[in-house]
Amino acid sequence: MNIVVCVKQVPDTEAPIRIRPDGSGIDESGLNLVMNYYDEHATEAGLRLKEQFGGSVTLIGVGPERTKEALRTGLAMGADEAILVSDVALLGSDHLGTARVLAAAIKTLPHDLIICGKLSTDDNAAIVGPALAELLGLPQATAIAQLEVDTSGGTVVVHREVEGGVEVLEVPLPALLTVERSLNEPRYPSLPGIMKAKRKEIKTMSLADLGVEVPSVGATAAKSALTRLVPPPKRQAGRMIEEDAEKAVAEIVAFLKNEAKVL
Amino acid sequence: MSKDVWVIIEHQDGAPKKISLELLGRARELAETLGGTVVAFVPGAGVSNVAESLGSRGADIVYAADHALLQPYTADAYAQAVSQALQAEQPTLVLVGSTAQGRDYAPRVAARLGAGIVTDCASLEVADGHLVATRPMYTRKTIGTVVFSSGGIRIAVVLPAVYSVPPAEAGRRAEIRAFQVALDSKGVRTQVREVRAIQRETVPLTEADVIVSGGRGLKGPENFALLDALAKALGAAVGSSRPPVDSGWVSHDYEIGQTGKTVSPQVYLACGISGAPQHLAGMSGAKYIVAINKDSNAPIFQLADLGIVGDLFEIVPKLTEAIRQAKGRA
Ligand SMILES: Cc1cc2nc3c(=O)[nH]c(=O)nc-3n(C[C@H](O)[C@H](O)[C@H](O)COP(=O)(O)OP(=O)(O)OC[C@H]3O[C@@H](n4cnc5c(N)ncnc54)[C@H](O)[C@@H]3O)c2cc1C
Ligand SMILES: Nc1ncnc2c1ncn2[C@@H]1O[C@H](COP(=O)(O)O)[C@@H](O)[C@H]1O
Repeated sequence: MNIVVCVKQVPDTEAPIRIRPDGSGIDESGLNLVMNYYDEHATEAGLRLKEQFGGSVTLIGVGPERTKEALRTGLAMGADEAILVSDVALLGSDHLGTARVLAAAIKTLPHDLIICGKLSTDDNAAIVGPALAELLGLPQATAIAQLEVDTSGGTVVVHREVEGGVEVLEVPLPALLTVERSLNEPRYPSLPGIMKAKRKEIKTMSLADLGVEVPSVGATAAKSALTRLVPPPKRQAGRMIEEDAEKAVAEIVAFLKNEAKVL
Repeated sequence: MSKDVWVIIEHQDGAPKKISLELLGRARELAETLGGTVVAFVPGAGVSNVAESLGSRGADIVYAADHALLQPYTADAYAQAVSQALQAEQPTLVLVGSTAQGRDYAPRVAARLGAGIVTDCASLEVADGHLVATRPMYTRKTIGTVVFSSGGIRIAVVLPAVYSVPPAEAGRRAEIRAFQVALDSKGVRTQVREVRAIQRETVPLTEADVIVSGGRGLKGPENFALLDALAKALGAAVGSSRPPVDSGWVSHDYEIGQTGKTVSPQVYLACGISGAPQHLAGMSGAKYIVAINKDSNAPIFQLADLGIVGDLFEIVPKLTEAIRQAKGRA
């Protein structure tokens, strides 16, 4: 099975985020950039399928040169190849622009399954996966928590969490999946894996290499723009009660009734 | 291009979901500013009951898109139906709920039409003639302002519980029209084998007014029964921090936070939860936070409106009893 995993490089969620003084974006200096959390789960899913059914796992990232570090993480986990699409003309692309570039790159590769993260932890968009499925004309299942391959029928059977239930879907291949964290536990790269990944060449492609017309991506094609970032409203500590349980319970009931008005 | 504001209606068992009513309320306000009408689009099979109910909720026109292939929900069928309607009518703005369904099909529609799309909108305004959304970003460490370009169809996927449900206006009626969707079974490639209901949930977490949530302080799966009882007394939903999920005490759909759900209830009652940033990422949008924790230095107390320092095993059962009594009297 030939699997393509889409990988984005994002700020480490463990670290604080500093907003530039003019609010135009985040201050990237000294920021630790890593593979998007859900893309680790996507890569793990790809590797497990390859181990079971053979084939290859190819990673694709769209972004600046530094995106190669995130791709190397995936190579160290065991992916076979990685491709970076990088081009200054991509600056200011919206999520559909990114999806167009990924679609152009993936069209050049054999693919039975494309796997994306459920969302990227910087933008929180959850757009690229389903948009890419549409552009490639593929069926999809998003935010999946379970995955089985039905080898006889050329389909995958997936579970996805929906409000108040679970959907069990059968999706014919080729298809695109986006993955939830409960799908698997990503492996840590092994030391030999890390050494091997260091030596691997990451193929870099430009928009011209892919035959993508500049006006279809980049800032001019974008249908929305991030104009400002502010810290979230700060919450104040309220009252603290350190008394016996009876008193505490009476306080909560009074709060729910008089302030929150839910009783 | 029309000035109309559309809402794609999500519904279940013949009734619109709460998020759809929230969006209709907001659509009314935005349509007044934009000078257009409010159009509710209802995809599904046998949707006339849903369609009938939407006039009193603010819709001027309701399109009933009845087709056998729209039930059960699939991304394939919905993306085609919604795209066909938007293509034909060209509204300036389309509101979709940020739900498992909305997040699934809306980006496909945007890709198909080349429309602007902004997801996880926590507000949506018209300012100086521009359509502007705010949304949590960087695991809610920042709030971003995103401006839609002018012209073309714009799709806003809006978070639940940011706009309130307007009261129903009895006697207000919408004009109901049928929308003919062109769909064939070849175009619906995914097959829904089953939809398993999770019985435990009274209300979905993302729709709940009150959430009772448990953390590692609960010590074991059996103790979630304490929260179930409290939630039942309050009419609340039960959630959790991540450790109970990772320990297998509850399933992942309980999880609230960076790698779980984002919730915005009226009240969030955190029991035995320390208040790690990754947890706050999912719940700090609650209107009121009440925390029960035996450690007076727990970070959750820095943002709780009411902080109770004490043993949850002692307090929660007594609280359940007190709420039963308070409700009995009411
Ligand atoms: C990439 C990443 C993503 C993450 N995503 C999430 C996420 O989505 N959601 C999430 O919640 N976490 C997430 N985490 C984990 C997060 O960092 C914390 O570890 C977690 O939130 C802690 O959960 P907790 O508060 O239940 O447990 P703890 O931090 O262990 O706190 C337990 C609390 O219970 C109190 N307690 C113990 N006994 C009692 C008692 N009898 N009565 C009252 N209080 C008692 C203790 O004083 C303590 O404050 C993530 C971590 C990472 C690295
Ligand atoms: N620049 C990118 N390069 C490669 N994959 C991406 C990129 N942006 C998003 N993706 C993929 O799409 C998923 C969802 O991202 P988003 O729509 O930005 O939330 C990610 O988990 C990735 O798998």
